[in-house]
Amino acid sequence: MSDHAAALAPGATGADENLSFHVSGEHHPENGTLLGFWLYLMSDCLVFACLFACYGVLGRSYAAGPSGADLFDLPTVAVNTSLLLLSSITYGFAVLEMQDNRRGATLAWLAVTGLLGAGFVGVELHEFGHLIHEGAGPQRSAFLSSFFTLVGTHGLHVSFGIVWLVTLMIQVARHGLIAANQRRLMCLSMFWHFLDVVWIGVFTFVYLMGVLP
Amino acid sequence: MSAPTGSPAHADDDGTHDPQRHGSGYSADHATLKRYLTGFALSIILTAIPFWLVMGKVIERPSVTVFVVLAFAAVQIVVHMVYFLHMNAKSEGGWTILALIFTLVLVVIALSGSLWVMYHLNQNMMPVSTQQMRDMP
Repeated sequence: MSDHAAALAPGATGADENLSFHVSGEHHPENGTLLGFWLYLMSDCLVFACLFACYGVLGRSYAAGPSGADLFDLPTVAVNTSLLLLSSITYGFAVLEMQDNRRGATLAWLAVTGLLGAGFVGVELHEFGHLIHEGAGPQRSAFLSSFFTLVGTHGLHVSFGIVWLVTLMIQVARHGLIAANQRRLMCLSMFWHFLDVVWIGVFTFVYLMGVLP
Repeated sequence: MSAPTGSPAHADDDGTHDPQRHGSGYSADHATLKRYLTGFALSIILTAIPFWLVMGKVIERPSVTVFVVLAFAAVQIVVHMVYFLHMNAKSEGGWTILALIFTLVLVVIALSGSLWVMYHLNQNMMPVSTQQMRDMP
């Protein structure tokens, strides 16, 4: 036993320098949240990839019902796309104001972003209502089932993003731009821009390619 | 990937981060007005052209339009990643780009595999006429 201890003791003191080297190598421990959130976004990306694959397989199975060319109204989609694109840049402005530590301007840009996002969800719900009213609901054909699932999931993400945004606005109004709130705002920024990226896939793959014969 | 080249890269990273960390702990690395505006202008152009191509029926053959539109989407996704999500090979010591590449590989396998398999499955199915489809429950 004592032999072991004697053998260990020099080893332990020798490893001490190595140990401190390892600890100093671990930088930015406080930024782990952003990496973790990025990993969440990547797994969310896989969810959307599966829904895109579903739509890719079923997107032309009309069951003698209406096709994308009959149903999709591209000017509406263009309006929706510009709403989401504008909300992305206004969120960017909010982040810039946050970096300059201006609480009022940050809140104002966040409010604009929320309104644009709400407009996007509103237009999408109006489109869904119109489709269902015309008898082209999700139960009509495999094409429409996969369409409603894919676009609806994206719309649901945006809706929860708005809930998150309102929550953060209350947090910032109450506690100011403290470090915790800045971290949360950066996470929501990634989420919001990520949804815009997914929407690029939706309007290209579903709407533009659905209208083409 | 980042471990062997770790210490010099990390030291460099710390140097660029430290001044920012004083003011605002969680600001993005390269968030500037110019970058956001550049990304916004690029994405407007990259959105407008596909819509114009499809709505104006500019190209005769639909298959060509599909390829052009998909190419524009791919470029726009990269633009959003770089200008809005501030992606680069060095953020978080390379782990974000590594996770992204891994995800992209999975996405490509899932998408192309599903389309490939299901397309051939459809080819081997018995043909069903429109009338038979209408009679279905």
